Amino acid sequence: MADTILVIVEQREGKLNRVSMETIAAAQAIAAETGATVEASLFGSGIAGLAPEIAAKKLAKVTVIDSPKLAKYEPDGVVAALKDFINQRKPSLVLMPHTYQVRDFAPQLATALQRTLISDAIGFRKDGDKLVFTRQMFQGKFAADVSFACPAPHFVTFQAGAFRGDKAEAGASAAPVETITANIADGVVRNQPEDPFKEAKQAVDLTQAEIIVSVGRGIKEQKNIELAKALADALGGEIAASRPICDSGWLPMDRQIGSSGQTVSPKLYLAVGISGAIQHIVGMKGSRSIIAINKDAEAPIFEIADFGVVGNLFDILPALTEEVKKAKG
Amino acid sequence: MKILVCMKQVPQKDAPLKLNESGTWIRDDVSYEVNEPDAFALEEALRQKEKHTGEVVVITAGPARSQQVLREGLAKGADRAIHLEDNGFVGLDAFNMAKAFVAAIKDEKFDLIFTGLQSDDYGYAQTGVIMAELLGWPHATIIMEIQKSDSGIKVKRELESGFFQHVSMPLPAVLTIQSGINKLRYATLLGIKQAKNKPLRKVTMEEVKSALGDNLQKIEKLYVPQKTKKTEMLEGSPGEIAKKLVDKLRNDVRVI
Repeated sequence: MADTILVIVEQREGKLNRVSMETIAAAQAIAAETGATVEASLFGSGIAGLAPEIAAKKLAKVTVIDSPKLAKYEPDGVVAALKDFINQRKPSLVLMPHTYQVRDFAPQLATALQRTLISDAIGFRKDGDKLVFTRQMFQGKFAADVSFACPAPHFVTFQAGAFRGDKAEAGASAAPVETITANIADGVVRNQPEDPFKEAKQAVDLTQAEIIVSVGRGIKEQKNIELAKALADALGGEIAASRPICDSGWLPMDRQIGSSGQTVSPKLYLAVGISGAIQHIVGMKGSRSIIAINKDAEAPIFEIADFGVVGNLFDILPALTEEVKKAKG
Repeated sequence: MKILVCMKQVPQKDAPLKLNESGTWIRDDVSYEVNEPDAFALEEALRQKEKHTGEVVVITAGPARSQQVLREGLAKGADRAIHLEDNGFVGLDAFNMAKAFVAAIKDEKFDLIFTGLQSDDYGYAQTGVIMAELLGWPHATIIMEIQKSDSGIKVKRELESGFFQHVSMPLPAVLTIQSGINKLRYATLLGIKQAKNKPLRKVTMEEVKSALGDNLQKIEKLYVPQKTKKTEMLEGSPGEIAKKLVDKLRNDVRVI
């Protein structure tokens, strides 16, 4: 019997999380090399309506795991339901997107099964009979090849953008859909979640900006942000920042780019004093052009920059602002 | 409340890192610092103690050098420290690291365990959640606020795209703390002085070894990532660089 790869699709509040299509694409890519069968499952309450969109992809089966106890996400019910399902289906590999929700339950799930999770992988390769997964370490300064040293099931999460969701292959016909009821005993669920909410209405929609000048730790002091603002003004763009800058209160939270902030893809992303930690990169790597100015030639931001400058931003920013003003007349 | 804070020593953010000869880890002749989210976890523990009284204990695992993060924790106000001291702890996967911590605190009774949401070196974002499962405790991740309630605690979790969520949960529990949850304090001179007399319990590898197993995942190789994009580096004086950049903005990026 061929091995089974199980993709756990994410839905939140009855909406499919698009990043799940990337995970399906990843599973199909692995299956193409290993000959495994790919199945998908999703969990929740009354969410069978989401199944057809998934079943349209090239999959052997889609299982909807349903329970009123899964209506609002919390980890205990999810782990109980998925543990039972995995014990019964016995997949060799379980793939998930590396979302905040998955980060919350996946390590618990793997541990409950006495197994391990390779988290935030960005790729894979087949090495003989073994699958090796690539993940970033030291904030992206290094990559590591990581393999499993335990029996199946093996758990892997993939970073957003590691695979292309639009490359998820459609099936010749719809995959069969089965709905099962999860048996979650009373007392299993310990946390009581409330409804998600937004803190304040987002004042700035950076996703619409064509030009973004973004500052990171390298700016050193709050008053220096004016240097970047002056450049953003000269270019007719918006100012943004990496998380530490907003954490320090130097710019409001709604100016934050990255996994916990906004995801942008402007014509120009000018990263100033930003080293390029993974959490930041995922929020801006889709930008059409990226210019990076950083004093550290080894900074990971240069991995994805089109144009790079290694140097002192306090000298370069004022000079660049002047030159832009001149050019624009 | 009795709170344990798991802290990790990681290479300094700007430190240039070099691979070791076998290409399996970094050379350890670099400067180190406290993993940033762990510093926020410690600060939150100290604030909770100031509000509700109790005790804050800091724990770390690693060679002698990693004691520095405990010293910093004690200087900022932690009451005592536990050091799993052995170079062998550096190579453990998250599953075994969690097992080692759980074994080291088996005679303690904590109400809460805090970790940073992830480390700057491995970046697993798993050790806290695994500890919760090993202990049979509930957990919540990426926490931005903690309030005590009659039946336990109410926390604010950060979700994606600017969303948050309140979650009520019983104690004891494990929380992974997000950077920016609070404003970090500095250690005072008095604090640094007092830290020298605070208790620090050392735990050897031998003491926890029976709780550990083989790593379930293995780092085969560490390497400098291959560039997927060709970066054109611009050089010169600030004035020359500015001119070159404007040329790119006009002719390549086309935004001027």
